[in-house]
Amino acid sequence: MGITANETVDAKGLACPMPIVKTKKAISDLAPGQVMEVQATDKGSTADIKAWAESTGHQYLGTVEEDDVLKHYLRKASDDEVKNEANYDDVIDLQVLRNKVDGLEDVTILDVREQAEYAFNHIPGAINVPLGELENRMDEINTDKEIHVICRTGSRSDLAAQKLSQKGFKIVKNVVPGMAEWDGPTEKSTK
Amino acid sequence: MTKSITTDELAKRVVNREETLILDVRNTDEFDDWKIEGDSVEIINEPYFNLLDGVDAIADNVNKDQEIIVVCAKGGSSKMVRDLLEEEGFTHAYDLEGGMKAWSEHLEPVKIADLNDGGSLYQFVRLGKGCLSYMVVSDKKAAVVDANRMTGIYERFAEEKGVSIEHTIDTHLHADHISGGRQLAENTGGTYHLPDKDAEEVTFDYASLEEGTDITVGNTTIQVQPIYSPGHTIGSTSLMIDNKYLLTGDILFVKSIGRPDLAGKAEDWVGDLRETLYSRYKELSDDLIVLPAHYSFVDELGNDGSVKARLGDLYQRNSGLQVEDAQDFRKMVTENLPPQPNEHDNIRQTNMGKMNPEAEKQREMEIGPNRCAVHG
Repeated sequence: MGITANETVDAKGLACPMPIVKTKKAISDLAPGQVMEVQATDKGSTADIKAWAESTGHQYLGTVEEDDVLKHYLRKASDDEVKNEANYDDVIDLQVLRNKVDGLEDVTILDVREQAEYAFNHIPGAINVPLGELENRMDEINTDKEIHVICRTGSRSDLAAQKLSQKGFKIVKNVVPGMAEWDGPTEKSTK
Repeated sequence: MTKSITTDELAKRVVNREETLILDVRNTDEFDDWKIEGDSVEIINEPYFNLLDGVDAIADNVNKDQEIIVVCAKGGSSKMVRDLLEEEGFTHAYDLEGGMKAWSEHLEPVKIADLNDGGSLYQFVRLGKGCLSYMVVSDKKAAVVDANRMTGIYERFAEEKGVSIEHTIDTHLHADHISGGRQLAENTGGTYHLPDKDAEEVTFDYASLEEGTDITVGNTTIQVQPIYSPGHTIGSTSLMIDNKYLLTGDILFVKSIGRPDLAGKAEDWVGDLRETLYSRYKELSDDLIVLPAHYSFVDELGNDGSVKARLGDLYQRNSGLQVEDAQDFRKMVTENLPPQPNEHDNIRQTNMGKMNPEAEKQREMEIGPNRCAVHG
């Protein structure tokens, strides 16, 4: 499975500082929360993209190397991370979910982050349906099961949980805070 | 008007202790790991990507008439930042050509002494990494000790002096930098010497550097006498020149001592290290001039830019030589050690001939501080 991005920046063959200069320019055209792929061959670009994202508030997701091309993935900083206004009441603490996962319980975890975020780091067995696609892909989720909705910080999962319960899903829990604090087992699906 | 300066010019300034303001625009992790140092160097760090929208962060703190040298990893971003500073009205902004990559490869030759019988001894100071290597020159012949990877620098130096390099010697199998000894011997048709005990796994031919087997440079003028001194690696060997200069490799430095753990054998070698430092070296003359293979702090550079010290003085003031109790010593050199040098295992493999990375990869492997010492 490849990694999905909303926009791709080609910085192959360019030396520092050009990969960052191009990335900075391109990300300003991106909508908040969208994902950008930056292709570069400059080895130093990994550390710089990471540090740049940190200093600007964008989210660095990870890097994969394919045929000597480094593909960096970034998610543009978005407001929902900041305001974090919880509207859905049925929440479950991350630690409770952790205990269920560690206890090998059969839990349904719905990860509503972007596919690229999910690809670099998710709970084993979690299903990925990005928040923006949820309306159209609800049939992929079993209505009878208890569903644990998770995102990075609990904001997108809050919206997703509201949508699911409106559509008749019976037991929907919003996991708080989210993957940002998860220190349990994870897996990648970047290949 | 040129707006760039070379590593050569910058090295001269550091050695001559000229006031220098450097703006390092690499990301902060890299800066914290490793940067240009000097007694007269003031350095500020602001990653280039924070300056793309304006250089106010710098302009607010630095006078625009002041000279400022911009440094980055490879020389690209520093040019851009220099241009941005100029646009902002800086009149003396320069960039360092080739960045830290070039700085890490610069060797500054300093003459240590004239030798008996007309020869000379030079120290090559690698300011960007703290490595010290040596060239003994005598009667149109030369030997190079602990050569760094940049063999061309020694070859050009030898050519200028009109000498041919007949021997290259490594005092031990290095773990912090890639040795140029073998390559340099190949280029010049010379002989590469390495201690047997450090060469058990090497994949190439070498001459064994053994106690009692002297190496002659020129017309029998200079004797290099290996003194077996295990501790940093099991084969570590010291060299003596003219009964006056003691090349200690990575066993004894000016302000610190060698660490015994870089091949994963701290416990095994700590006894050897103590034996060398507290017995073998102590029996030698106090007047010997110690010439190590590394330095850690820029204040170890003397007024002429060289790193050296009288052995007797080191027994007075080097903290690594003041530990009376053997247990305390063991603790000091096996516990709370600084992080091991970047890629030290791959560097060892390369120096044994088991790996043969491309030039660009070798450069990357060496980036960063050497961290060969224990500071008491």
